[in-house]
Amino acid sequence: MIRELSGTDMLYLIGAMRWTVFLTFLALSGGGAIGLLIAACGASTRATLRYLARGYVVFVQGIPLLVWLFIFYFGLSIMGYNLPPWIAATIGFSVYASAFLGEIWRGALISIPRTQWEAGLSIGLTYIEQLRHVIIPQAVRVAIPPTVGFIVQLIKNTSLAAVIGFVELTREGQLTTAATFQPFAVYLIVAALYFSLCYPLTRYSRILERQRRVAR
Amino acid sequence: MAYTFQFRDVLAQQDAIVNGLVLTLELSAGIIALGFAIGILVAAVLVYGKPWARKAAAVYVEMIRNTPLIVQLFLIFFGLPSLGLKLDVITASVLALTINLGAYTAEIVRAGFESIPKSQIEAGISLGLTGPQVFRHVVLLPALKNVYPSLTSQFVLMMLATSVVSQISAAELFHAGSIIQSRTFRDFEVYTVIAVLYLCLSLLMRVGFSACYRLFFRKS
Repeated sequence: MIRELSGTDMLYLIGAMRWTVFLTFLALSGGGAIGLLIAACGASTRATLRYLARGYVVFVQGIPLLVWLFIFYFGLSIMGYNLPPWIAATIGFSVYASAFLGEIWRGALISIPRTQWEAGLSIGLTYIEQLRHVIIPQAVRVAIPPTVGFIVQLIKNTSLAAVIGFVELTREGQLTTAATFQPFAVYLIVAALYFSLCYPLTRYSRILERQRRVAR
Repeated sequence: MAYTFQFRDVLAQQDAIVNGLVLTLELSAGIIALGFAIGILVAAVLVYGKPWARKAAAVYVEMIRNTPLIVQLFLIFFGLPSLGLKLDVITASVLALTINLGAYTAEIVRAGFESIPKSQIEAGISLGLTGPQVFRHVVLLPALKNVYPSLTSQFVLMMLATSVVSQISAAELFHAGSIIQSRTFRDFEVYTVIAVLYLCLSLLMRVGFSACYRLFFRKS
């Protein structure tokens, strides 16, 4: 049955934003953990680890996010796990995010002068300890602006989870469209809601970037 | 894991896959050409335009860069008909993807333009070059050289993002995958094949772009 687009629909759309944020948060946690590992391998002095990390990044970034989502959605079910869409989405987005975050953070790690690593080594720190106490505290300042920029990408890309039936903002928009048959108004509202999430972060990322340039 | 992989049924549908692959390639080539042109134009306005034009260009770039591609696509394909503008699937896909890529390219090329020192432009003018000559030789080519890596990886990402237009049933590679899936029920195998093809495409593009770099910028 077709009904009018009402304030209630608006509330539902705004409410659906929490699932977008929730999925972004999960993907950021999962992707951050794997990404840190990838970055650490990518900045390692061992060539094998560097090649492995590079291979992982090229591999993950060379396949569309939509395909990753479907592979995890269907792939896990043939392995006998019948998972709800949100878990498949979380895994898919974590893998996707890990490649981009790994690459961003690797760049931050290798931007720290070699001498800082050597200083750590010369006082007897292991590779992990050098990272933990010397390199990461400095690299974080370099890494934060592009990381915030990537979070914007992630928020926007969680819209693809709609395709495997996870009800976030875009899926809610599709459902509302089906009920009210006012696609233009609905998708305009959906776009505006995404904008309200992303634009502040974009601005923040730019301010951070400028501050970092001034500080240097 | 009690599952036997069966690629035979999937590979038997190679016609659908090849057709999808061809459309993906055509779409990618088309939108990269168009998006690149729009991007350069918008970037030039962003950096050298009149204040009002700069504002307008910035609004375009920010609006596109802060909303999801799939929502832009739905707005164009499902939304515009209610305003009386009905587009077929391919036109809507090309339009949405081009508008999207144009904004991202503009942002990248803008950074390139800003990397050209003002004194270089003045040097060009003082040598008696005309405005278009200065733009072409002093600003555009060096700027593109500076941003070449981020520009080309954006193009590769955009080729992958064309998969999103499967959601308005444009018959590109990913859509071919969905069709074969509904015929064979071999979900995982289908998407593995599709993934491998996308991976090959993106690797080929990367190799191609780095070959182009040597071709275009060898002299400078």
